[in-house]
Amino acid sequence: MMPQFFTDQSLFSKHNARYPNPHSLPGPEDITRVELPNGIVVMARPNFNSPSVALSGYLTVGGISDPDSMLGLAGFTASSLMRGNARRDFQGIYDALESAGASLGVDSGTHTTSFGGKALVEDLGLLLELLHESLRIPTFPEDQVERLRTQLLTGLAIRAQDTGEMASLTFDQIVYAGHPYSRPEDGYPETVQAITRQDLMDFHRRYYGPRGMLVVVVGAVDPAQAIDQVAAVLGDWSNPDQLFQSELPSLAPLPETRRQSITIPGKFQADIVLGVAGPPRRSPDYIPASLGNSILGQFGMMGRIGDVVRERSGLAYYASSSLGGGLGPGPWSISAGVAPANVEKAVELIRQEIARFINEPVEAEELADSQANFIGRLPLSLESNHGVAGALVNLERYDLGLDYYRRYAESTRAITVEDVLAAARNYLHPDRLGIAVAGPPWVES
Amino acid sequence: MDNSITNVRLPNGLQVMLKEIHTAPIISHWVWYRVGSRNEIPGITGISHWVEHMQFKGTPQFPSTVLDKAISREGGFWNAFTYLDWTTFFETMPSEKIDLALRLEADRMRNSTFDADEVASERTVIISERQGNENEPLFRLGEELQALAFRVHAYHHEIIGDLADLQTIQRDDLYNHYRRYYTPSNAVLAAAGDFESGAMLERIQELFGSIPGGEPPPKPGRPEPPQSGERRLTLEGPGETTYIQIAHHVPAGSDPNFFPLTVLDSLLTGPSSLNMFGGGISNKTSRLYRALVDGELAISVYGGLQATIDPYLHAITIVLRPDRTAEQVLAKLDDEIKRLQDAPPPVEELKRAVKQARALFAYGSESITNQAFWLGFSEMFASYDWFTSYLDRLGAVTPEDVQRAAQVYLLPQNRLVGIYNPTGNGEMG
Repeated sequence: MMPQFFTDQSLFSKHNARYPNPHSLPGPEDITRVELPNGIVVMARPNFNSPSVALSGYLTVGGISDPDSMLGLAGFTASSLMRGNARRDFQGIYDALESAGASLGVDSGTHTTSFGGKALVEDLGLLLELLHESLRIPTFPEDQVERLRTQLLTGLAIRAQDTGEMASLTFDQIVYAGHPYSRPEDGYPETVQAITRQDLMDFHRRYYGPRGMLVVVVGAVDPAQAIDQVAAVLGDWSNPDQLFQSELPSLAPLPETRRQSITIPGKFQADIVLGVAGPPRRSPDYIPASLGNSILGQFGMMGRIGDVVRERSGLAYYASSSLGGGLGPGPWSISAGVAPANVEKAVELIRQEIARFINEPVEAEELADSQANFIGRLPLSLESNHGVAGALVNLERYDLGLDYYRRYAESTRAITVEDVLAAARNYLHPDRLGIAVAGPPWVES
Repeated sequence: MDNSITNVRLPNGLQVMLKEIHTAPIISHWVWYRVGSRNEIPGITGISHWVEHMQFKGTPQFPSTVLDKAISREGGFWNAFTYLDWTTFFETMPSEKIDLALRLEADRMRNSTFDADEVASERTVIISERQGNENEPLFRLGEELQALAFRVHAYHHEIIGDLADLQTIQRDDLYNHYRRYYTPSNAVLAAAGDFESGAMLERIQELFGSIPGGEPPPKPGRPEPPQSGERRLTLEGPGETTYIQIAHHVPAGSDPNFFPLTVLDSLLTGPSSLNMFGGGISNKTSRLYRALVDGELAISVYGGLQATIDPYLHAITIVLRPDRTAEQVLAKLDDEIKRLQDAPPPVEELKRAVKQARALFAYGSESITNQAFWLGFSEMFASYDWFTSYLDRLGAVTPEDVQRAAQVYLLPQNRLVGIYNPTGNGEMG
């Protein structure tokens, strides 16, 4: 029987106006969004240019719910889901998936656990079936849990040798001291060792459920049919005991610059990460900060910072800035990889750029350039099904409205140099930075 | 997918390949030069990659300060890659802005300045790029293995070049390399997307047609003699993790044996995607994953072939479990290779490999940038027919072909083994 939330099947016939003009951005008349009775939101947008389909979405569970003593629990749980379920063992799952040339993965983040996959359109049903089994009836087989633990521990051993990752991890510890964001989501060797199979099963039972869940399907399939297929496998999921994450505590900005260095012997280059906690995606500061970030360390060959650190000083192969956004105060940070002898010089150049960035407004031309870039690149980011699926996920995750991409050019152009300066001043200060450096030992000569 | 294209050669030798795709208001434009680390000799290793960097440093018409903003301002994304056999530059732009990309590439095919100060500044940038690579155990291991595999052929050295050469290459070396190889007769221009081929070709003729064709560049000689005994190396470095790379010499991309080897690789290590954009799929049902990872010898295993002009390597990379030794892993690997040599694989396994390849093609075809990539890339080592007939040729591979490929290529005397031995977290390598 057809679930009743489909109002009008005729809307979905293949040559109907509801089919997107391939040259148009996703908008209210070509995105189908329905909420299933159990709370799952399903979004779909067709694309018949390639015989493939992309699946994407998330559940509202993440590393934020890990106890300190079991950091990495959400990630370990998510990685276990496709290791065996009540219907198929590990090889059975991947035999079905890989025989179809399809892929599916589940991965835990800070606030959400995301899933994503792709398949030839004839195999969408298989993909959804495997999603259903992985999320709802995983069995956490003992041998698989132990094999996975060894893999996770090796991952952590490799992380300890990675200068970029260690700088980033140390940066989070400085900037988010006392806040959940200070914790690495993949945990530490001792916390991953401490997690038992029972812990994984308990975590799954408590936090996995349909409420707050999003499923997005983009590709060579009728939206109605796609939604019907999703409803068929997930529409009857319920978990009356599903727990939600607690509110994030507030975070005080750093009162002064704090710096920490990690020495990793035997390496050749040092990685620097410096910056602050930035605005959440939903903050009114986010769009002006995002344009400002482009000017600071993205536009062209990595913005102003790329220009001084790489182009003019030849200090680094990469030097750029990034703005995390996200549900909470994600980082606004600058990263560079430099020879150990050049760390101080690079940090000072970056600090000077931050000072200039908050002391004087950006040039009108710089802002116009970045605005044009943001508007012009949007269709490029929507080239593939995967790209469109990601764009739809963002609409829902941050409640941006189905007409967001249609309004995007206008709202981007509306930002002024004063808006950028005000947003920058709300977060960045050259004397209140977290600075993390990871690299080989270096003795000043 | 519709594979009809325009493929013409201008009087100055520039090959132009155009493919209309009207699914999105986007055009992806690539210029490919037949030059890479394959064309380098000791003393100038890394020069092709460095020249690629210098192509972003400006011309009189597009000085570097203008150049680095011009494309981004129009919402385009652009980049460049240097490989063993080729160097390529691309811009993917909103359709109505593509003229800028055409003008820019025509201009820097001929007029880059190679300013001495810019050369000096880029030297330290590239050395920094190399040092960043050296932080990675697998870069260091791969570099050693490549050097061990090619005693004679220029595939001997890494694309980024040896530090000694990066410290000594001069401005005129770079400029001469540029002028020798960056000529219309040594290039392929490929574009795919939302344009009308006639008008596009006319504009390309206007912009590129007057550039002198150039002398044919020297062809690299020095083919690699056959290897006649396993070569093995060990490398020490920081960390707690052991890595192994196993490589076998295999034929060039245009060789008919490349297809049985592609299927062989898919059975052993999982399907590889040659797409530059579009992603791959997992390999958990491949023979080596089952034997090594499910068999609790390794953390992960992956492998793949490269489609190259001259014979190159099939390489397998294995991350070991901390409680296992390299010898245990290599013994198991030998068993799996022997299994493929002893008996033809089941037909179902081949069918699956072909379906996986078909899926990877479909994913890749979603991206106009990736479709434009294939136009030029396939011409670098074979021809566009190679790409359009790829799935059919994979489908024609028989179990016996795969067995034969294993018998011919996966022999110990044709093998290279590299082992990265970790020395711990506190010690120098």
